[in-house]
Amino acid sequence: MAEYAWPKMSERSLIGKRISRLDGAQKAGGRAKYGSDQNPQRLLYAAILTSPHARAKLTSIDLSAAKSSPGVTAVIAVEEVGKEVQWEGTILAAVAAETELQARDAVRKIRVEYQVLPHVVKDDDVAKAGNNAKPAGEQVQGDPDAAKSSAAFTSQGFYGLPVLTHCCLEPHGQTVQWSGNEITVWSSTQAVSNYAGDLGAQLEVPATSIKVHQDHIGGGFGSKFQSDQWGAFCARLSKESGGRPVKFFHDRNIELMIAGNRPSHYAKVTVGADASGKITLWESESWSSGGIGGGNIPPIPYVFTKIPNQRKNHNAISTNNGGQRAWRAPNHPQASYLTCCAMDDLAAKMGKDPLELFLTNCELTTREDAYRRQLNKAAKHIDWTSKWKGRGKSRQGYLAKGLGIGVNTWGGAGHESTATARIHPDGTVEIECGTQDLGTGTRTIMTQVAADTLGLPMEGIRLKIGDNAYPASGGSGGSTTVGGVSSSTRIAATDALNLLFEKVAPSLDNAAPGDLEAKNGRVYVKGNPSKGMSWAEACKKLGVAPIEVQGRNNPRNPRGLNTGGVAGVQMAEVTVDMETGVVVLDKIVAVQDIGLVVNPKTAESQVYGAMIMNVCGSLYEERVVDQITGRMLNADMEFYKLAGAPDIGEMICELEVDEENDSRGIIGLGEPPTVGGLAAIGNAVANAIGVRVPMVPLTPRRVLDALNGRNS
Amino acid sequence: MQAFTYANPKTLKEALASLAGSWDEAAVLAGGTDLLSLMKQDVYAPKKVVNIKGLKELKGMERTGDGGFRIGAAVTIDELMKNRLLGEEFPALRAAAQGITSPQMRNMGTVGGDLCQRPRCWYYRNGFGLLATGTDGKSLVPSGENEFHAILGHGNKAFFVSASSFGPALVAYGAKLKIASASGVREVNAEDFFRVPASATEREVDLKPNEILTEIVLPVSRGSQSATYEVRQKEAFDWPLVTASVMVKLSGGNVSEARIALGHVAPTPWRSKEAEQAITGKAITEASVESAATAAVAAASPLSQNAYKVQLAKVALKRALLAAKG
Amino acid sequence: MSSPKETGKHPGAEAGVSRRGFLEVTGVGGAVVGTVVLDQPAQAQGAGARALGPGAVPITLNVNGKALKATVEPRMTLLDTLRGPLDHTGAKRVCDRGTCGACTVMMDGKSVYACTILAIDAQGTKIETVEGLTADLKNDVLINAFVEHDAEQCGYCTPGFMVAAKALLKENPRPTFAEVEAGLSGNLCRCGTYVGLRKAVLEAAQKGRA
Repeated sequence: MAEYAWPKMSERSLIGKRISRLDGAQKAGGRAKYGSDQNPQRLLYAAILTSPHARAKLTSIDLSAAKSSPGVTAVIAVEEVGKEVQWEGTILAAVAAETELQARDAVRKIRVEYQVLPHVVKDDDVAKAGNNAKPAGEQVQGDPDAAKSSAAFTSQGFYGLPVLTHCCLEPHGQTVQWSGNEITVWSSTQAVSNYAGDLGAQLEVPATSIKVHQDHIGGGFGSKFQSDQWGAFCARLSKESGGRPVKFFHDRNIELMIAGNRPSHYAKVTVGADASGKITLWESESWSSGGIGGGNIPPIPYVFTKIPNQRKNHNAISTNNGGQRAWRAPNHPQASYLTCCAMDDLAAKMGKDPLELFLTNCELTTREDAYRRQLNKAAKHIDWTSKWKGRGKSRQGYLAKGLGIGVNTWGGAGHESTATARIHPDGTVEIECGTQDLGTGTRTIMTQVAADTLGLPMEGIRLKIGDNAYPASGGSGGSTTVGGVSSSTRIAATDALNLLFEKVAPSLDNAAPGDLEAKNGRVYVKGNPSKGMSWAEACKKLGVAPIEVQGRNNPRNPRGLNTGGVAGVQMAEVTVDMETGVVVLDKIVAVQDIGLVVNPKTAESQVYGAMIMNVCGSLYEERVVDQITGRMLNADMEFYKLAGAPDIGEMICELEVDEENDSRGIIGLGEPPTVGGLAAIGNAVANAIGVRVPMVPLTPRRVLDALNGRNS
Repeated sequence: MQAFTYANPKTLKEALASLAGSWDEAAVLAGGTDLLSLMKQDVYAPKKVVNIKGLKELKGMERTGDGGFRIGAAVTIDELMKNRLLGEEFPALRAAAQGITSPQMRNMGTVGGDLCQRPRCWYYRNGFGLLATGTDGKSLVPSGENEFHAILGHGNKAFFVSASSFGPALVAYGAKLKIASASGVREVNAEDFFRVPASATEREVDLKPNEILTEIVLPVSRGSQSATYEVRQKEAFDWPLVTASVMVKLSGGNVSEARIALGHVAPTPWRSKEAEQAITGKAITEASVESAATAAVAAASPLSQNAYKVQLAKVALKRALLAAKG
Repeated sequence: MSSPKETGKHPGAEAGVSRRGFLEVTGVGGAVVGTVVLDQPAQAQGAGARALGPGAVPITLNVNGKALKATVEPRMTLLDTLRGPLDHTGAKRVCDRGTCGACTVMMDGKSVYACTILAIDAQGTKIETVEGLTADLKNDVLINAFVEHDAEQCGYCTPGFMVAAKALLKENPRPTFAEVEAGLSGNLCRCGTYVGLRKAVLEAAQKGRA
């Protein structure tokens, strides 16, 4: 019988190969249709009214003028009078009209009165947060006081990361039609199979009445798991408009204000070490904010979790800003930055090469060998040993160069996933799964797994995903998708193949079904390709009925097909213009532990993309809010800055693909490489300019302020 | 964006007759890169939009009779950047065009549009008016988010910075702008075109609602050396933090004449006569450019978050002067 | 459920925004709040040019070599007209402020941001969208290079990059690495696909006619 276990590395036809993504041409040629591209017949457009105030009580709302505005088909109050708005951009009302311009005109006619209330939108100073700061309670481990007094070296520093917004290029939204008892949604979601239940709960409609379809999604990064209030009001607008479909996608400014952000993290950290550089002490006072709900406790000390003596205090700061959502590796990039910068500063205080300090302390991690190996590999890629000089010692003229290190860890085991494999008597094969391809290559890797399992070429598989009519599969978050869907696909395809073997075996001198294998488009007795038949002939043995089997990845028993737990190291080299404070990333290297890699090409793209996200986070992007007006001032893509093609330097990615790692099964890769780059770049800048710039992004202002002893 | 009527005049005369006496009545549309954004943002809602892109009077670049250069206001940034002759004779202008690193922006944006564009001040763009006024009637900028705002010439009132890329270079070259109205054509020095508005209803350029900027005239550049240096954070499209444009004439190794303008530091391109004075009569050396740069920012009064721009202004000016020296 | 197959037809055409229909409804809008101005009769301002709108007016756009008609208000952007009434959804609306490049199309052979151009203003120009510029999807050198070098992830910015790359290679068929970067400087990607993009454009240039 065919086995579930992954074939040996040497025996794979498609798994592990650099296959180009299947929908690449469709996307690059603009033919791929996203939820925002749907133009069903008789389409209406929705527009929304949002609060310009960060905190205010809604005292009256008059929709009448909007209702009689030209082209309007429906108007809905999203919030009721008396509601206390808690952030700018809060949606108050929604309008559907024949054209988007008419919908916007109608929104302008809605009259709202507010009682404006005091707000807090800044989170960078815990001392100013007052009652908005909620202490999490002190956590102590070992004897930090004794460790402090006995430490040969201690280093104190302040480090911070502001709120970022996901800035998905396809904004949040959907096209919806609620006609009769049936709701059809063309979504932009990371969780196709979960969407109907979520929307149904909002609308008090059975999930079974809701059809969800999505071929493509224009970015999510953790912010698109819910159907959201816009899913609900858009459906209601459709219903009130006689069942005509309604399209609503956020404008960029509202998208940045309310549709997800990564919480800020700030910390004052003290680290202590003995004379050899082994870290003995961690003390931190941290705070963070992701909006009104406060902010999470960062997992610090990050990776170097076995520091024996620790004292940690954290405050969650509640602010009048749109709420946080999951962002690739929630809290990890921030924790890595806080930890690795503190370690880098300790090395500087000791006059030690930080690479040595990190190597010395690998024993404080749970993957000592992996981190040591990766630190050495990354150092080689970036030529650390010959290039590294002490802080501020690589200056030539007004340019200074520097190197820095950051580390990561993540889980990444497969999520709950079911998939159907169907083999038709004509030899065609369908795989169906209610998953979604976020651009990670899910479509491609599932096809590779199915085709490899069945001994067929890629073209032999018709893959169907992105619809809740297909077997349920988990949301795409936490690097869980590749493990989940590859495993469910493998199990389904294997079971289907075994059923086919049972039908075929009698024709092959009554060979035992378990003696058969399927390779190169043929089904034959193992080791004897001539004793067999083509795939098409084999499938004819099915008669008139197809074989259909469902496979399931059970995260509690993944059968060795997937697992979690990786380590990674990133190193960066920068050049800083000491006179202008402009930082240029010359090179960044990622060495990433991983399991079985289904597709190295799309896997590398994940790593490059993650590193580029770190270039943005370390050098360019931050949400700017104004305390007086409570407004987000850069809710655009002009001053909410992202790196462009010339801003990313040289990028090197080494995935640690080898027999040993491969034997662990599949491990997801979306999150881990997003972690570590911030610290690598931040530390490289400190190395270059000779002082720590406490906060990212490392703008000319912050760099020059740090050099001139100004507080920014 | 609110509804408007659209006029597409065929001649300058027709275009001028299509305009009105107030900005609310009619707006001029050229490249559209700024106007449409302002209208989408509901910062500006003219009742009529008058397209002037097609007017032949506003097109073309050519040498003038006296050896200078004429640039039509509707010439695109891309056309300007690729004009070989202009690039050779007016490198400070070409460098300013190259600093607009988006090809699409260069293809759409016009020279006149660059000069007339409204400030990028994020308070202005978010609806707080040109002077970024809070509910108490005072500017929000000094105690707000001002890292990109003015360090010079703000008079504690107008804290936005001129966003024009070409303004500083045109000031440095001593260019003149021609402005047409139904009653004729007037000429204004580039330097005088930019002004600090006294109220939020005024414009930051010397242009009336019924006028059209038609062309830019550059004087003879022979015998001068010039350069622009921009400090931008990103290499992909990004607004400069500070720029400096300089034009110098050298005689016997010493500067005999200098015109110096800084960009993105003040509500206008900021001509620094102090810096011009400091460098005149001296050879361009590390020491002399340092003293010119120091003179340029002597009167700076930075805000809570933009002290760094004082240094950037100095550095940009020094590098521009050294580049002009060649 | 399958993906909707309806293309081409757009509600705008049948939903009462014909010129006549619009004028009928503006009376209502004008009576409520002064957001719409009634149409000016031709030559109302003496020597001034005739003003069109503010209601929807018929326009004709030359898109990918075809004359396409739509009836839109003068304030409708080229991008929204392409994506809506003309159902050319390759160009995407992302920043809608001429910054990110996802809406890039070619106009008279030059790359432009369609979000920041009025549709009415685009009449008389030659517009090429990503669909037209990559008409032969299978044999397009740039498409193949994008796919080979995985120059895309979610794909939402990718059509804009494709048009920017076409424009670059049209003007400069043999760009250097730095020129490739410069040619893509008016576009932004959030997934972080620049590594593949740079390689793809460079390789397509080396392979010739893209």
